[in-house]
Amino acid sequence: MDNLMHFDFRGLVVIMMSAILVNNYVLQKFLGICSFLGVSKKLDQATGMSFAVIFVMLLATAVTWPIQYYLLNPNGLEYMQTVVFILVIAALVQLLEIIMKKYVPALHAALGVYLPLITTNCAVLGVAILNINNQYDFLASMVNSFGSGLGYFLAMVLFSGVRSRMEGGETPKSFEGLPITLIAASIVSISFFGFAGVINNLFA
Amino acid sequence: MEAIVFAVVAVTVIGIICAVLLAFASNVMAVKEDERFPAIRECLPGANCGACGYAGCDGYARALLTGDVKTNLCVPGADGAAQKLSALMGVACEDVQEQVAFMQCSGDCNATSSKMDYHGIESCTAAKLLFGGAGKCSFGCLGFGDCVKTCPYGALSIQNGIAHVNTRLCVGCGLCTTVCPNHLLVTLPDVVKVHVGCSNTEKGAVTRKACTSGCIACRKCEKECPVGAIKVENNLARIDYDICTGCGHCAEVCVAGCISAGDFSGASHVVKAG
Repeated sequence: MDNLMHFDFRGLVVIMMSAILVNNYVLQKFLGICSFLGVSKKLDQATGMSFAVIFVMLLATAVTWPIQYYLLNPNGLEYMQTVVFILVIAALVQLLEIIMKKYVPALHAALGVYLPLITTNCAVLGVAILNINNQYDFLASMVNSFGSGLGYFLAMVLFSGVRSRMEGGETPKSFEGLPITLIAASIVSISFFGFAGVINNLFA
Repeated sequence: MEAIVFAVVAVTVIGIICAVLLAFASNVMAVKEDERFPAIRECLPGANCGACGYAGCDGYARALLTGDVKTNLCVPGADGAAQKLSALMGVACEDVQEQVAFMQCSGDCNATSSKMDYHGIESCTAAKLLFGGAGKCSFGCLGFGDCVKTCPYGALSIQNGIAHVNTRLCVGCGLCTTVCPNHLLVTLPDVVKVHVGCSNTEKGAVTRKACTSGCIACRKCEKECPVGAIKVENNLARIDYDICTGCGHCAEVCVAGCISAGDFSGASHVVKAG
């Protein structure tokens, strides 16, 4: 019973919800914009990319958290964080691709194109580094990564809906293509600022 | 000093661990590629032009392996490639419709002139951005040879201020059609015997002022064509190649001389004949 008391379930929910809504990686922190604009054209591609991101975020956190606390911190190598994390995440994604190609070809065919994109996705690196900066423990880090991934998923799905509506609309010639996409993205981002106080008041 | 050495060693060790893991994984879990793939890829010319509708020659080869894809889609490879591919895949060979590029502008330096002195970047795309190009005709060839630089077969050249297609060298990959800012180059089946060398859709008098080789939409070709294959639409003569018999009469009667007739068979035909 005493053990359960220490298990801060409410804290985890707060981390999760704020990662999805308030600190949305794409719409509030502006990380992972490249894939956000690149792959949000169609809903199925957007969901495929999002699942790949969720998966890699979880995996990256599971590997980088121990590296930070058991290798970098004890040896005073905190300043090598970025280099080591990039190295490990890149190798990890590559490994994942090889494994998937062999054992789950269907999933590889679905995600295959997006996996290399994630290798250099700043949202993944951002989650890994911010978990450390926020001094989360391992469980909280994993929950935060999952929430961030879901936030990315939410942003992608919402925005692919916005984009499909834009395709039907008549865009002025000078705004066609990327300009109108960026404007739409900024409006979606502004709408997410409405969530700013939600968590504090919900879980106060 | 010690700190640096330790950091270097630590990162190197992590890198080596990752490398060994990856090398091991890629060996153990290597997925066997279809052994026909290299052979199929060998048949394709490697121009990566995308004329087949797939992302490069590798993409087409992979699509062929999955079946359900015709073997006669490679235009640059022509009949030769189609025959080899069909033999490899064990399907009946279908004839490839060879294509060649056609230039829809004949406004060379004798026919038209500049409206300004352009000293900008030596590229058609850049020149086009500045008031539609330096030439009097904004539909015409800009003459900086963006297409010449793109052509992997050396079939294009700039002669007397405009691009020319040497159809004997052209394999019809269509790479040039994508770079021309005025979309003057088009690919057509190389059995075509006549084509219209103008893209100007202005009214006759306006066209005439800009270029003496331009189509003035006089409709003479339309009236003279024995099978009614030419129509003047939007102030420009257009040939319906489904009807055209290639008699070349339109080229004889054209006042502006913008319709040309001849044998435009491309590189693949020449090779076959030789």
